[in-house]
Amino acid sequence: MVTTEPGKLTATCHHERKWKLMRFLLVEDNAQLARAVCERFALDGHAVDHATGLIDASAFVDTTDYNLILLDIMLPDGDGRDFLARHRLAKNKTPVIVLTARSQVSDRITLLDLGADDYVTKPFDFAELEARCRAVLRRQGGAAQNRLEFAGVILDPQEATLIANDNIQNLRNRELRLVEIFFAAPAQIFSKNHLIDRLFSLSEDVSENAIEVYVGRIRKKLAGTRAEIETVRSLGYRLVARP
Amino acid sequence: MTGLLPKGSMQRRLVIQLSLIALLLSLVLFLIVRGMAERAAADTQDNILAASATSIADALFVEGGQVRLELPYSALSMLGTISEDRVFYRVLVDGETLTGYDDLVVKAALAVPNQPEFSTFEYRGEQVRAVVVTRLVGSQSQQALVRTVVAQTRLGLVQISSRITLWAVAIGIVFFFVAAGLSLWAAHSALAPLNRVAGSVTRRGPSDLRAVQTQAPAELVPLITALNSLIARLKSSLTRSEDFIVEAAHRVRTPLATVRTQAEVIHRGLEKSKNKTALREMIRAIDESSRSAGQLLDHAMVNFRADQLQTEALDLRKLTAETVERLSPTAELKDISIIMQDQGGDFGFDGDPIMLQNALRNILDNAIKYSFSESDITVALGRDAHNYIISFADQGRGFAGANLSDHLQRFKRGTNVKDIVGSGLGLTIVDEVARAHGGRVKINNNTDTKGGGACVSLYFPLV
Amino acid sequence: MRVTLFSIGMILSSFHPSFAFEVEDRRLYTAPMPTQTIRVISTADIAAFDPLIRTFQSINQGITVDYTVASSTEVMAAIYEEGAPFDLVISSAMDLQTKLVNDGFAQQYVSSQTAQLPGWAKWQDQLFSFTQEPAALVISDALFAGLEIPKNREQLIDLLRVHPEIFDQRIGTYDVRTSGLGYLFATQDSRNTDSFWRLTEVMGRLNTQLYCCSGAMIDDVYQGRLALAYNVLGSYAENRLAHEPGITIVPMQDYVTVMMRTAFIPQNAQYPDVAGRMIDFLLSKPTQESLAETTGLPPVFDGASDKQKALRPIRLGPGLLVFLDRLKRQAFLRNWENSIRQE
Repeated sequence: MVTTEPGKLTATCHHERKWKLMRFLLVEDNAQLARAVCERFALDGHAVDHATGLIDASAFVDTTDYNLILLDIMLPDGDGRDFLARHRLAKNKTPVIVLTARSQVSDRITLLDLGADDYVTKPFDFAELEARCRAVLRRQGGAAQNRLEFAGVILDPQEATLIANDNIQNLRNRELRLVEIFFAAPAQIFSKNHLIDRLFSLSEDVSENAIEVYVGRIRKKLAGTRAEIETVRSLGYRLVARP
Repeated sequence: MTGLLPKGSMQRRLVIQLSLIALLLSLVLFLIVRGMAERAAADTQDNILAASATSIADALFVEGGQVRLELPYSALSMLGTISEDRVFYRVLVDGETLTGYDDLVVKAALAVPNQPEFSTFEYRGEQVRAVVVTRLVGSQSQQALVRTVVAQTRLGLVQISSRITLWAVAIGIVFFFVAAGLSLWAAHSALAPLNRVAGSVTRRGPSDLRAVQTQAPAELVPLITALNSLIARLKSSLTRSEDFIVEAAHRVRTPLATVRTQAEVIHRGLEKSKNKTALREMIRAIDESSRSAGQLLDHAMVNFRADQLQTEALDLRKLTAETVERLSPTAELKDISIIMQDQGGDFGFDGDPIMLQNALRNILDNAIKYSFSESDITVALGRDAHNYIISFADQGRGFAGANLSDHLQRFKRGTNVKDIVGSGLGLTIVDEVARAHGGRVKINNNTDTKGGGACVSLYFPLV
Repeated sequence: MRVTLFSIGMILSSFHPSFAFEVEDRRLYTAPMPTQTIRVISTADIAAFDPLIRTFQSINQGITVDYTVASSTEVMAAIYEEGAPFDLVISSAMDLQTKLVNDGFAQQYVSSQTAQLPGWAKWQDQLFSFTQEPAALVISDALFAGLEIPKNREQLIDLLRVHPEIFDQRIGTYDVRTSGLGYLFATQDSRNTDSFWRLTEVMGRLNTQLYCCSGAMIDDVYQGRLALAYNVLGSYAENRLAHEPGITIVPMQDYVTVMMRTAFIPQNAQYPDVAGRMIDFLLSKPTQESLAETTGLPPVFDGASDKQKALRPIRLGPGLLVFLDRLKRQAFLRNWENSIRQE
């Protein structure tokens, strides 16, 4: 079990998780941005490889399978679009999200034509980026791989459903992410703040109450199962299995 | 682009000039035909006169030392064959009248027999044409100078002349009309290459910036070359502008992205809510800055494109759907549902897809931004008598402020949105896009649906 | 029809002849309520023209007609030398008429009637022909009894040669020296055939009688003083024959000279418009038809009279001036005199 200690920044980008090995490739020449992005992803538990240019990127892609590629368009040794083209020509199925400073639609069309799955504009909101990654991965398929199970309850992130006792319940976005957080690290205590950070984007004003609302909803949906979200006084919440 | 008012017409000018030339030529032709024909008629009369005088002169003989004349019947009867002119004649031997009209004037200068001499004068109240044939009659020793004058009035000639004039006029008129008709055809045909080139350029699509390749005659080549160089300059200018915007965007946004990301990382690591709040405000400032930058660039882009306005055929429904799909993840983050309402019907439109996407994205983005979690945004596609209507109705806080249309002004924001990052340019951009396409944007607060909220509608004129 | 009797060379008119030229006859046809007068000089005798004048007056009310008759040479002299004031000049001597018009003594007249005239029947819109009259050979039935009637001039010459006893002093023809029409017929004959001079010589040897006028010749044929008259005006003979048998008009088959009686309005006419009306009257259909009956030839309007091959119409034109040439005329008359052997 791996814990992420709040308050401590980790220097390296590679964290291994037992339950899933989401590996991203970030192709970005700007070192500062790349470092920041890696760290940010790491906070959420993703593994990120960093390529500074297309040649590097090609090398990475050749040797490793990635769940997702984050591709900057403007690179020193070439246009990211060429990489896209080659990527698709090679029939590589790894989804690509393009990081671009442009917001013009024509680019979007071109990017999508060339094989990008989506794009985000810099500077991007990580919540949004995450949401897009999620969407892209969902579209990709490989559902079975990502299912999480705990105490007889199955979470299907793809379908956004919670299956228990032959009962299928739909989860809304935030509910899904909240459940995901708990299911990914059962028995771990998550503080309200932490949960707020993870559930809400920084541009939103959120009251502390909001988490309670969502936890309450999850609890309702978990009613009747052995899974339960436990309040740990002045610390936060954690997912436990009732005997 | 204002329509060009034509000043004169090449074709018309050419036709007029050619017609004038034709008129001139017709006139000249008329004069020539008439002149030549009259000359021929006069020559004919002269020839017959000469023949008559000659036949009289031939009938001269000397008998008993006297010059005598056996006036041949044909000499005068032949003069009656072509016209009914009156006839006068006189034969002089050594200056004395042998026979004929004594008072007929003899205008002869030659002393020796040579060509017949012609003259015109008045006799007995009429214009007559006279010929004098001079002969030496008699033996070597006794030669007499005999002058034979035959004269005829010119009334027949006058009649012929008027007939000829009529014919010449007719010929002239026919020639003129034929020439005018041909000149019309020639003008049209000469200008055809111009029309061809104009047509091929007109048929081009609005964003077709290829060089003009049409075959053109030598005179048009300089024009086409200039046109092509203009097109090339325009193309490079456009590219430069676009490149500038791209470059500007990249340079501004990438460092901002770094800062923001780092800020997020730090925020995650902070415990104290005071610190967290401070950092959050910093991040918002960054967001505001980058959003402003983005909006300014978009604004510039929209202005730029509005000036050029190059339209293409597109489908508004498709554009709207794409926008909705693009922003779905963002909406999902806040558990906002986007509901599509489609009235049906064709939504084909001629417009600039980039500008339109920008406008739609701006509106939907705003709607998501100002909506509460778990609320609905309704995107409705419909039409009225004159317009396509795309409306975005949210359940957010709605527009505040006395005058709703103020929101459309640059950098003007509502009084109730101070806590949300916004540039104040979003609706301005939307308004500009709408107007560039001949439409408009309408904003109002939802009074009928439960939950309040705002409604932004785009109106585009029906095709 | 009308009976024509022609009184020879006597002035019957009771008016004072105010003219120097010789007037043969004159009559004043006063209209009941006269408004205008027309003075006509003509070679046609009153008897022949009288019905025409009366018809004219009945159609054109109020016009008094002063009709003077003179021979063709006198008519010529009247106009050419004297400039005598007439409104209409009618003559059978086409050549003299032509010369008068050519030398400027006529004025132009155009009307719808004259416009309908064929080209050969008018000259310069000044001279108008209104009859076609042949020159004829008239023989005495009595004196030709048993004789073969000649069909052409050759046969006529042979006949005269063979029977001098019948024809001596019994041939009549125009004195071409004095008669304008006679001169015209003779000169046209000389153009049309060589046998003219032989005929003239034969006639001369037979002591041919010379006359001034057709009427006298026809009278003498009727009375048996002439066996034949040559180049007589056929119309006169026809008129006489219609009422009185005893002569035969022999159609020559080699050719028949046809003259046209012509009229013009003199330059110094006082009433040219009235004269014009008379011309129109002469050219009008009914007048033409009645004239045709007497001449035996189609009216002028019906086209040239050369439908029958033998007819040889005299053409209007400057050719007619040739024989009026002084020298030419001198020469011709000299030859003619020598041939006809008259002292």
